Amino acid sequence: MSFTDKHLLGIEPLRPEAITEILDLADKYVALNRGPLKHSDVLAGLTQINMFFENSTRTQASFELAGKRLGADVMNMAMQASSIKKGETLIDTALTLNAMHPDILVVRHPHSGAVDLLAQKVNCTVLNAGDGQHEHPTQALLDGLTIRRAKGRLHRLNIAICGDIAHSRVARSNIILLGKMENRIRLIGPPTLMPAGIAELGCEVYQDMHVGLQDVDVVMMLRLQKERMDGGFIPSEREYYHRYGLDSEKLQYAKDDAIVMHPGPMNRGVEIDGEIADDINRSVIQEQVEMGVAVRMAAMDLLARNLRDAPASGEVTA
Amino acid sequence: MTKRLLHNAQVIDPEAGTITRADIRIENGLITQVSQSPLSANPHEHSVDCHNKYLAPGIIDIGVKVCEPGERHKESFKSAGLAAAAGGITTMVTRPDTTPAIDSPETLEFIARRANQATPVNVIPMAALTKGRNGREMSEIGFLMDAGAIAFTDCDHVVSNPKVFARALSYACALGALVIAHPQEPTLSKGAAATSGKFASLRGLPAVSAMAERMGLDRDIALVEMTGARYHADQITTARALPALERAKANGLDITAGTSIHHLTLNELDVADYRTFFKVKPPLRSEEDRKAVVAAVQSGLIDIISSMHTPQDEESKRLPFEEAASGAVALETLLPAALRLFHAGDLELPQLFRALSYNPAKRLGLAAGRMAAGAPADLLLFDAHAPFVMNRFTLLSKSKNTPFDEAKMQGRVLATYVAGEPVYEASV
Repeated sequence: MSFTDKHLLGIEPLRPEAITEILDLADKYVALNRGPLKHSDVLAGLTQINMFFENSTRTQASFELAGKRLGADVMNMAMQASSIKKGETLIDTALTLNAMHPDILVVRHPHSGAVDLLAQKVNCTVLNAGDGQHEHPTQALLDGLTIRRAKGRLHRLNIAICGDIAHSRVARSNIILLGKMENRIRLIGPPTLMPAGIAELGCEVYQDMHVGLQDVDVVMMLRLQKERMDGGFIPSEREYYHRYGLDSEKLQYAKDDAIVMHPGPMNRGVEIDGEIADDINRSVIQEQVEMGVAVRMAAMDLLARNLRDAPASGEVTA
Repeated sequence: MTKRLLHNAQVIDPEAGTITRADIRIENGLITQVSQSPLSANPHEHSVDCHNKYLAPGIIDIGVKVCEPGERHKESFKSAGLAAAAGGITTMVTRPDTTPAIDSPETLEFIARRANQATPVNVIPMAALTKGRNGREMSEIGFLMDAGAIAFTDCDHVVSNPKVFARALSYACALGALVIAHPQEPTLSKGAAATSGKFASLRGLPAVSAMAERMGLDRDIALVEMTGARYHADQITTARALPALERAKANGLDITAGTSIHHLTLNELDVADYRTFFKVKPPLRSEEDRKAVVAAVQSGLIDIISSMHTPQDEESKRLPFEEAASGAVALETLLPAALRLFHAGDLELPQLFRALSYNPAKRLGLAAGRMAAGAPADLLLFDAHAPFVMNRFTLLSKSKNTPFDEAKMQGRVLATYVAGEPVYEASV
């Protein structure tokens, strides 16, 4: 057992062996999910609450499906619509939740660090489904699994992460995970979308796709949020697509067998050309969705094991 | 008033830059004699043995937020006064960023009255430079001065319109009023919760470049040059702002600068996993910046160290980092935190008290801050070495938001005297 944590709040605290353990188990769940009977009961009797303070369809559905396939009782709470509008604080929400005795809490929140804060205040296991611009650990794990299955390994690869790095929690978690697994990471994007001091993390930073994509094994595209498109961070959508959108012309600078990834949902014709996204020889975007369910099953399975192994939790501090 | 003889003290004289064993005689609230040869107590004179501990001019703290009027549950004059006395602060220069802002002579008179009834230490109020701290119309600077305002500041609100600020500066200049500003380019720092760099990027926090401080300071210096005003920058916290400050001083402008104890003793990494007690304004800086600011205090380029005491209740801090309120209480931790710089070998005690007592008094035109016959007997007796572990729930401030909770610190106030009378004595 390498992954012994109570929560999965980010990739940062994980050791490489723990990452490998999660991915190994996820491989088994991929097999289960592809079989005729997609059900296990490792989470039977446990209650999983998905608490999304920010809109999400795909991640929430993925967590819901993962929980249900493992036999948990799953409940979805759309928080942006309810109590925060009434002025309830995150801590009040945590105390309310404690009273419902959930075992696993899946949380997405628009503010960095909010999931950490919640984890300090609740009794149960907490999974970070994305907090602000901080981390999105299960996305990085599913990306890692996708790469490992496509490339046969998750080390010593040249991996380019392209686009809006500054506002992306997906990029942060991936930079940390891929770094821990000893890959060479290149970040490509306009300087307005590059976070300050990021080169100090051991990444190579490029402003030009043609240079940055040279001989990479993996091209990871990021979603450009609509609100960043008009004048503030980039001059226009079409200029962005011209300089940073992934099309076949730019992709030819990468290795011939390079794979193309995207965390979704995609803006076709903004950060990625539709044809590339649909090219079954290059794009692994559909696999990423499939791996998402398996990785979340593995993470919840391991966390539930840790929950059972842990001594009874003590007092809650408010 | 009691006549007092404090004998056997290690007297810190920030003006002369010395520490000498001396006896101090106090009459009618004033120091009347400082003698290196032992004095013998006269009849009717109360004699106090200082046991060879340090005796310094009491701290004059510019920029204390007392939350009256508006938020008395966070800090009242009574609680702030007790905390200040326990922290060796003999004069609190209070901020006008209350609710409502202190921008009229009526409000100022009200709080001055409240303050003097409720606190054992001196309280001198500052007033808002513009009405409602909105940066649009200047407040009644003349009336406010008559009512006792010692300086004018909109606190952390930057008067972003240069025309408004220039006019307020020249009006204040004509009256000889001191203007205290927060050097910051407000459009750059809007919404920021951290200083941009690797740490903020990893934590995914909205961040401001350290350059925003230099831009704000550069603009203010230009306007001071234009108007000839008396100007004090409340907090200089970054290395890049220092050369501009140095040039302005060398050019003979009437400029001084302060910094906060938190920026001198903490850096951005202390925020760690989103600890909101470390959220201050401006945000904590890099270690390089911290070191540069310490060196600037050492050289005298930065004149004044303040607590920037800002009480916040538990509710406003128990939020995600971005949403949490800024500020930290510091009246009681100012001295032990400042002594970290002494124990680290960065500053000698006379240098420290130059920045804590002598310079603030001089800048505000107060008679205190000196260890000489004729100066008010506002004094602080302390043990610089006594170790303790900070427990925030022992603070006398109503709010307990200190970043030094559970920190190992050294330095204990043994007694605080205001006008020769003890306002705090440590229980031994």
